Amino acid sequence: MSLDASFVGRTYPPTAPYQVGREKIREFASAIGATDAAHHDPEAARAQGHPDVVAPPTFPVIVTMAASRQIIEDPVLGVDYSRLVHGDQRFAYTRPVFAGDELVCTNTIEDVSTRGGHGFLTTRTDVSTVGGEPVVAVWARYVIRGEA
Amino acid sequence: MELPAQTFRVTRADLVRYAGASGDFNPIHWSDRVATKVGLPGVIAHGMFTMALVGRAVTAWAGSPDAVVEYGVRFTRPVVVPDDDQGTEIEVTARVREVTEDGLTRLEVTATCLGEKVLSQARATIRTAR
Repeated sequence: MSLDASFVGRTYPPTAPYQVGREKIREFASAIGATDAAHHDPEAARAQGHPDVVAPPTFPVIVTMAASRQIIEDPVLGVDYSRLVHGDQRFAYTRPVFAGDELVCTNTIEDVSTRGGHGFLTTRTDVSTVGGEPVVAVWARYVIRGEA
Repeated sequence: MELPAQTFRVTRADLVRYAGASGDFNPIHWSDRVATKVGLPGVIAHGMFTMALVGRAVTAWAGSPDAVVEYGVRFTRPVVVPDDDQGTEIEVTARVREVTEDGLTRLEVTATCLGEKVLSQARATIRTAR
């Protein structure tokens, strides 16, 4: 699997806004067993100084995974999705995601390399509100397994 | 300093629920037929589900769901989830690496399943309550 190194540094146009729903945060929190009232009860969240229910730390992956299709399905880059393995994941938070946020993702290809017959792709997704307030920066590293 | 261990049971039903909640419907997380066809021993948990459970442990140690400043992992070994009522179990421990002057605590996290590490370079930075 050989990936074109000239894609390093490429930034894609911002994605369409994602509306963070209160019920989606509750559903995600329930699915991972996170029972803290701040994820479920708007009053409890407001009592802690938040505008609405607070998303768990990995919730942004719902938004960034959908947004990363911009890169993974870029026909010019040519990633073979069936050989894609999720290697690393990292989040750096400016603040948590809250219900009511409208989030926009800006994808950048940070690194592309080929080693030992495998392709490696590192993406950075800057997640901000439609108003331009930064929320979280998200890095993912993928391995595109070579044909053995 | 070591933080108290937390364990999380993972069953097939949990994977189905996570698939729906996260939108990750990759069949290796629910179909033994597809999982074994691509060379896995069976259905495996979503890496991001494991990361979410470890995130629960981190927020529990932090004492607040909004206290996590940075959180990253490398997925090194799949978590195989058998099709029975017991499923499997992930154990999460952590060690405090550093407490900074500006109120941040850096954790080195270990997650194991059946005694084997499933993550490496698992690190979280949490804002320490003042």
